[in-house]
Amino acid sequence: MADTVNKTLDPRLNRRGFLKGCTMAAAALGLSETMVPKMVEAATSAQRPPVIWLHFQECTGCSETLLRGAHPDLARLILDIISLDYHETVMAAAGHQAEEAMHQSMEKNAGKYLLVVEGGIPLAENGVYCKIAGKNAVDILKEVAAKSAAIIAYGTCATFGGVQAAKPNPTGAVGVDSIISDKPIINISGCPPNPVNLLGTILHYLTFNRLPALDGLKRPKFAYGRRIHDHCERRAHFDEGRFVEQFGDQFHKLGYCLYKVGCKGPETFANCPVARFNNEAGVWPVSVGHGCIGCTEPNFWDTMTPFYDRIPNVKIPGSGIIEDADRLGTKILGVTAAAVGVHAAVGIGKRLIKGKSDGGE
Amino acid sequence: MAQKITIDPITRIEGHLRIDVEVDGGAITNAWSSGQMFRGLEIILQGRDPRDAQHFVQRICGVCTTVHALASVRAVEDALKLEIPLNAQLIRNLVQGIHCLQDHIVHFYALSALDWVDVVSALDADPVATQRLAESLSNWPGNSAKRFAAVKAKVQALVESGQLGPFANAYWGHAAMKLPPEANLMAVSHYLEALDYQRKATVALGIIGGKDPHVQNLAVGGVATAVNPDNQATLNMERLYKIKQQVEEVRDFINNVYLVDLAAVGALYAEWLPYGAGVTNYLAAPDMPTNAAATSFDLPGGTIMGGDLASVKLFSDFKDPSFRDNVQESIARGWYDGDWQKHPYEEDTKPKPGDFDENGRYTWLKAPRFEGKPMQVGPLAQMLVGYASGHDEIVKRVNGALDLVSSIAGVRVGPDALFGTLGRHAARAVRCSLMADLTLKHWEMLVDNIGKGDLEIFNPPVFPKGEQKGMGWHEAPRGLLSHWIIIQDGKIKNYQCVVPSTWNAGPRDSQDQLGPYEASLLANPIADPERPLEVLRTIHSFDPCIACAIHMLDPEGREVVKVKAL
Repeated sequence: MADTVNKTLDPRLNRRGFLKGCTMAAAALGLSETMVPKMVEAATSAQRPPVIWLHFQECTGCSETLLRGAHPDLARLILDIISLDYHETVMAAAGHQAEEAMHQSMEKNAGKYLLVVEGGIPLAENGVYCKIAGKNAVDILKEVAAKSAAIIAYGTCATFGGVQAAKPNPTGAVGVDSIISDKPIINISGCPPNPVNLLGTILHYLTFNRLPALDGLKRPKFAYGRRIHDHCERRAHFDEGRFVEQFGDQFHKLGYCLYKVGCKGPETFANCPVARFNNEAGVWPVSVGHGCIGCTEPNFWDTMTPFYDRIPNVKIPGSGIIEDADRLGTKILGVTAAAVGVHAAVGIGKRLIKGKSDGGE
Repeated sequence: MAQKITIDPITRIEGHLRIDVEVDGGAITNAWSSGQMFRGLEIILQGRDPRDAQHFVQRICGVCTTVHALASVRAVEDALKLEIPLNAQLIRNLVQGIHCLQDHIVHFYALSALDWVDVVSALDADPVATQRLAESLSNWPGNSAKRFAAVKAKVQALVESGQLGPFANAYWGHAAMKLPPEANLMAVSHYLEALDYQRKATVALGIIGGKDPHVQNLAVGGVATAVNPDNQATLNMERLYKIKQQVEEVRDFINNVYLVDLAAVGALYAEWLPYGAGVTNYLAAPDMPTNAAATSFDLPGGTIMGGDLASVKLFSDFKDPSFRDNVQESIARGWYDGDWQKHPYEEDTKPKPGDFDENGRYTWLKAPRFEGKPMQVGPLAQMLVGYASGHDEIVKRVNGALDLVSSIAGVRVGPDALFGTLGRHAARAVRCSLMADLTLKHWEMLVDNIGKGDLEIFNPPVFPKGEQKGMGWHEAPRGLLSHWIIIQDGKIKNYQCVVPSTWNAGPRDSQDQLGPYEASLLANPIADPERPLEVLRTIHSFDPCIACAIHMLDPEGREVVKVKAL
């Protein structure tokens, strides 16, 4: 793992070329020549770790999470902690000046910059479905990844292909680790993910100078180590057999378990119930009354849909395994749902479970 | 001697946009807007559960989060003729209103301000003089010399670090940058403050939506936000009051900082007022329904044709056929197979990737048309429709904003100044201030209704056999959005979104009528073709969202035709 905290000037950088670069940068900024020595001094002292952020087939929701992040907030992150050298949504430069800024950072920080990728990468038709500055996304990814120290795939699109990869995946979208195999990759899935998981990963990496421990899908264990169901505040209702049958019913108004209106918490690995979203709002979807849709899991758009049908074969407390619930789209990854109910106490409310959902359940 | 300029990527927008312009004699003589990404979400929706569509389509855009989900549940409800409870309507209005506050603030400061504000020039500002300037404009408590000095030191440190990060390689020192150093320092300070205030809005949205971006509290038939003042796991008075307080704090920032900064920029760049009008046909949707049946609204919708305010026509309500019967999309200049202009229900689109050909096909965007004409959508369209039709709140606010600009500029500015690039920004700020008040009004309505003992939030949908068609519309921060669905035996048969940025960023059509981005660039000045700052100014004033803008649909469910790109 490369040391990202660059304390000394890279000796491979030719000094005359470097001075010339500083002079040009000063001129571009409209600064006087007297600033050049200061810039040289700065560039040879402790640097903020450089980050390049690429956008491919995405909705910018993952970038938007940075605006919601509070520890650190975006201003502190980009002014004090990292040097965000390329990020199309926030950078001031455009067009070829924007591309130059990225290439300058890649050259200057070769082997040292962190690459963050947002969005899926389309491979169909040789990658024509997403272009930036006339280049296909897949080619840009390979080029920028080659000189990076490590890659964070941020969001379910960059990790597993995301919404555009849902059946029939018209553009052949995939995640980063289907293309790049020779670099450390950290997957932070979610649609969009909780920014605390990205910021936590970056801070972990910069502070300890190593990647956090990862699960089998390359996701940090500190954020994806347990099922939602394990830490859900409504778990006691599940264990006691107290379920919402329909949004707005008497049980919904009492905060009962949302499993029967489609919650995918038993199959989903994420820290939503613990980390919560939107800072002091302290919420997550289940806390306001809607089930989890499983957005941190691979192919959740196919495996977790229909979103309002419940997971089949889950042992409901006090009523045995329900075999006749609607089948979900495809087999859910690795976890047998039946295991979910093992520790469930026999519920006192043995309500009749309707097999087939009608509208609204 | 004419010169061609390509700007790719256009940054500080959502998505992948390329703009090409022809420059002759220091002004733009021709322009092409090209969307550079395609995802095919509408193909993916076919055959799925209509109740799930809102979650898929919300992922069209995370900047315009909430808006596609809202349009989607409305489209399905329209197809099923399903009315939702009043609480659900009001909770949706809060989602719309609060998201709008965050979106408009982020647009002006994070995505547009650097077109007008020279960050490097702020280094020459005197913090005490900056305080004097700021106090002459507003009573905002954050405008102190101490804070301005701290912001200046922050910029200084960034420049001296040699790591400019997102501020590297930009158009600092450009001849078209006109603000004095103190105005630049004030704006940079507000740029940083705006980051805090937009986050306050997202806290309020999270409380209702479960998370933001991508709220997870809507449902076909109403909302999933449980309401019960006597429970701890539901929307109770403590939660409701938190929402109100967050919105009030954001409203103070909008009225004392955002609106004032906008007026100052408009006044100090008065020579820019004539530029950037382009297409002056305007289109807006009625929204913020005030009753369960959605027959009365706090936001007016309608049309204005040819820049003539007297031509204003209002849409009566969501069921008004004059909109739904008169929308078509053209693929004449898009990378699709065929050459037609069809109604969204009739479209049959197959992608056909190609090269950029300014005389032929050059974009993934279609060209939406209303009664055959290109239309501009967005806050300006809605404010003009409101102004022209005598909507009291809008008339009062627009006049107030024009008075403020006039007093700073020292010349009288009338409503025609709104048609240009700066007018689009001004209209957005005015709308943002209106939405803050409307959000608080609808909050009161919700609390009153809950106080009466009404806790209903959901009417369950029932999907009958056979075919149903529906259209859901919504006035999103970027303008009129419409979703069109055909349901067959409870499954999606086809799904089509006609999106604000498609209206605005769309290309020419078969009659060579330019889209609004393209038309608005014509005659814009270009001081330095190497640094086309002026193009960014006009394009950013529309608040582009290109991920939203690119869609396709294949109602036959056919495989996408494979065509090799040359």
